[in-house]
Amino acid sequence: MASFWEYANPLKFMRTSDWLLPIVAVAAVVVTTTGLIWGFFFTPDDFRQGSTVKIVFLHVPAAMMAINIWVMMLVASLVWLIRRHHVSALAAKAAAPIGLVMTLIGLITGAVWGQPMWGTWWAWDPRLTSFLILFLFYLGYIALWAAIDDPDTGADLTAVLCLVGSVFAVLSRYAAIFWNQGLHQGASLSVAPGTRMDWAYKAPLYTCMVGFGLVFVALLLAGTRTEIRARRMKALVARERMA
Amino acid sequence: MIALLTRDLRLALRAGGGFGLGLAFFLILAVLVPLGVGPEPATLALIAPGILWVGALLACLLSLDRIFALDFEDGSLDLLATAPVPLEAVVTIKALAHWLTTGLPLVLISPVLGLLLFLPAEAYLWLILSLLLGTPALSVIGTFGAALTVGLKRGGLLMSLLVLPLYIPTLVFGAEVVSRGAQGLAVNTPLALLAGITAGAVALLPFASAHVLRINLR
Repeated sequence: MASFWEYANPLKFMRTSDWLLPIVAVAAVVVTTTGLIWGFFFTPDDFRQGSTVKIVFLHVPAAMMAINIWVMMLVASLVWLIRRHHVSALAAKAAAPIGLVMTLIGLITGAVWGQPMWGTWWAWDPRLTSFLILFLFYLGYIALWAAIDDPDTGADLTAVLCLVGSVFAVLSRYAAIFWNQGLHQGASLSVAPGTRMDWAYKAPLYTCMVGFGLVFVALLLAGTRTEIRARRMKALVARERMA
Repeated sequence: MIALLTRDLRLALRAGGGFGLGLAFFLILAVLVPLGVGPEPATLALIAPGILWVGALLACLLSLDRIFALDFEDGSLDLLATAPVPLEAVVTIKALAHWLTTGLPLVLISPVLGLLLFLPAEAYLWLILSLLLGTPALSVIGTFGAALTVGLKRGGLLMSLLVLPLYIPTLVFGAEVVSRGAQGLAVNTPLALLAGITAGAVALLPFASAHVLRINLR
């Protein structure tokens, strides 16, 4: 049984991701389009919200991924700080822009949905505010990566920023809840009995969630491969210059 | 350590004139807001707690790059890092010096600015108390941001992007204390949370700052 840590070897990672990436990419496209088409065209309209409810199939998966990607970056940063695996640091770097876009999708679809339902594009609701703050954290993280030339220093500093930022992101979330009671509904999905969503919606929603997860993995693999290649190129150029 | 503290204080007071700049900025902000919003006492009183807290936060931010930048340029930061005093202590002292030269004067001047913004009388105590409790957190968090960006060219703008999101919880609870105080409501909860953030930040963040500083000095 191969250990997970074997993939800390960039060569091994490249070899495995080489055949894994096309499979995941195709699966991501198939599942996401299936879920979205199913959600948009083959679900009944909500009796109160009409067809606007269908934006949930973009909104909820994107919002879920926005938070999950930050958690993934946190884990990758920890792995980098503790075990110094370069692939891990590069994966965290590659994940950040994807998380930023997911956060943006969540915010924009939320605004588009909020306009007809709440009568406003934006409200300083705790959930909305926390997401805007998460967006700022992603921006800061990406900006710090972009500002540092030396890749190892960059990996170290951004990893520490990710750890400290996570603590403050959680604090900000509770501060936002404390600060203002909101318009946003509670959790859309819950495992508790008596959930509020019908299976007619839940099935395509789950499909979309899996699809978004696959999209993330595909983009992450592609992004990490690009980062590894970029580092290799840098090393080659440096070697040329030395010779 | 005390020598380092007095050195930093002396440098801040005598050289470069960075000492008064934060205060002047705070004052200008308190002058600009009524000019932009209008002189209505009722409106100003309503937004005064938030304005004063945001102003204190920005004034703190402005002086952050002085914490390490000069020492980094002339190499004394390398000496401090190799000194027998642990770097965590150096970072804490630096944050303390920053607070004494920026945070504390802000606390002292804030009642005057509250007057300019028609802050309700019952809120003054809470304004001073919340700033007194909250500004140390601003200094410590800011020191972390300054340590992150110390080696970078054009680090200032990046540092504000990194530090300002970290300031959010402190700002929320601090401003909440003042605005609740202004309305005569109980302030215990936000005050306790604000003190908690400061205590946690002061206790833990110097380790992160020292770690980051070591990476940057590598």
